[in-house]
Amino acid sequence: MSQAAEQLAAPATVLSVNNIEVVYTDVILVLRGVSLEVRQGQIAALLGANGAGKTTLLKAVSGLLKTEDGEITRGSVGFLGETISNRPPEEIVRKGIFQVMEGRRVVEDMTVLENLRLGAFTRKDKQVRADIDMVFDYFPRLRERAQGLAGYLSGGEQQMLAIGRALMARPKMLLLDEPSMGLSPLLVKEVFGIIETINREQGLTMLLVEQNANWALRLASYGYIMENGKIVLDGSQEELMNNEDVKASYLGGSEERRSFKNLKSYKRRKRWL
Amino acid sequence: MALSADSMRCGEFRTTYKADTTIFPTPMSRNFAIAGLIILLIVPQVFDAYFTNLLIQIGYYGIAALGLNILVGFTGQISLGHAAFFGFGAFASAWISNNFGIPVILAIPLAGLMTTAVGMVVGIPAARIKGLYLAIATLAAQFILEDFFNRADWFSGGSAGSLAPPLTLFGFSFDTDKSYFYIVLAFVVVMYLAGTNMLRSRDGRAFVAVRDHYLSAEIMGINLTKYRILAFGVSSFYAGVGGALFGHYLGFVSAEGITILLSIQFLAMIIIGGLGSVMGTLMGTAFMVLLPEVMDGTMKVVGGYLPGLERGVSYLKEMAIGLAIVLFLVFEPDGLAHRWKQIKAYWKLYPFSY
Repeated sequence: MSQAAEQLAAPATVLSVNNIEVVYTDVILVLRGVSLEVRQGQIAALLGANGAGKTTLLKAVSGLLKTEDGEITRGSVGFLGETISNRPPEEIVRKGIFQVMEGRRVVEDMTVLENLRLGAFTRKDKQVRADIDMVFDYFPRLRERAQGLAGYLSGGEQQMLAIGRALMARPKMLLLDEPSMGLSPLLVKEVFGIIETINREQGLTMLLVEQNANWALRLASYGYIMENGKIVLDGSQEELMNNEDVKASYLGGSEERRSFKNLKSYKRRKRWL
Repeated sequence: MALSADSMRCGEFRTTYKADTTIFPTPMSRNFAIAGLIILLIVPQVFDAYFTNLLIQIGYYGIAALGLNILVGFTGQISLGHAAFFGFGAFASAWISNNFGIPVILAIPLAGLMTTAVGMVVGIPAARIKGLYLAIATLAAQFILEDFFNRADWFSGGSAGSLAPPLTLFGFSFDTDKSYFYIVLAFVVVMYLAGTNMLRSRDGRAFVAVRDHYLSAEIMGINLTKYRILAFGVSSFYAGVGGALFGHYLGFVSAEGITILLSIQFLAMIIIGGLGSVMGTLMGTAFMVLLPEVMDGTMKVVGGYLPGLERGVSYLKEMAIGLAIVLFLVFEPDGLAHRWKQIKAYWKLYPFSY
């Protein structure tokens, strides 16, 4: 297949982040020129150590930067052909981007059902009830606890609720911020399994931020690796899985233990936009 | 209750999502509410004017306190200026009915709307500031409005105060405790039902989300600024209506009674009743209105036995009220609503405690 034909066959770009720079309180430069692209129906993974700027990138997309006195000073964020950089979060939600925040953040004083209804806040149609059933079909555990206060759910159930709540908004794209945080390996497996099912059945585009690189790369078809506010490496799932540096620093299980000096080899590779 | 075949079911089982969000959670609670209402309808016929007067006070304070609970208990903001809105409603209703010939029954909701506008202006800083800072900002509103009442002769009659005409409907004047009670009762029922209804709706959920997790509220598409100011608006509407009822009950409104002390009393009502509970608000109001009366009665009895104490009794009363509130907060920090819930839960499972 020629290059042009390949371009045509590839699904449309849903989210494109173009060389953005993010500054907090006019002083702290967090992202220094980050670009990425997520295509229709794709799960893209964003990996990186703590403090690399992954969450900041998500907040830049969802508009939450504003509440933390951050700003996109350069570059732009495009969603379905529109520029959404520095728009207020409620407007971005209405356009179809929904962020599942790190640490779940369900409303503890409300029941599971009320939390789900809250997720449908931006909607005015009559399908809400059908969608509640849909969420319960994905997460049968939530159906059992529908009347219980969300604060009494276990950590895993709260994470499920957070994802279910996001589905209630019928988003066009989901930003998942560390869905595996604080969950047991078994629950991680369950939650990621459901995320994959949702992606497959609904064709929902997702950008997944994870520490658990193993799982993230199993789900995602494309991955980006961030370090110090920059994307240092990107590639398809297989490319990243087989990359020696990635294996050593994120996946584990490489043959010999490498020294830190060697590990940093890929950082020297410059990425020009 | 007679045991028949259809009263044998031993629990409430809801099968639709709709059944989960009714105003009354069970038919039992609905029946109790209706029964309570009927009892209240007979009260002024049976009891004397003094008792009716207390109930009327609970009514108009209760409406205003519900407004404050929507703001503080449900949306998680704080206001130290609630009494000012209460007073504004009273003055506004008197002003509207005196100057525009609008019947009092319409002037009351109109005064509520005017107060809403004022409350939303005061609420604008709330879009940016939270917690203690907001408390100070609303404290400023309290003093500004108090000053306004004292100086704006055209509106409030200045320091002399203004006369509020009695409420008349179809030629009948509701100027006695006995008759005015029914007006207040009607307003309480309507305002409380409306409040409960709003809080179980989309906007009500938005309020709670703004209180508990403003970040996740924002990420769900809730406009924080809008809802924070809206909460001030709704809260002021309730304060305004409560104040208007207060004005037309007394027949005379003056700025003297509308001080920061009343604002704090409103806060005490909702804290004692239970933050974030509609029925708790009414319980807390009843507590705050009745406590001084109960203390008064007790002290009179005690004073009768100990004549030497007679003069100190009034001081003792104030101290006892303070003590009762402190003890209450220590032993029931979640308010009367919580205690009520526990009593209900106990009887639900009677005689097995768990």
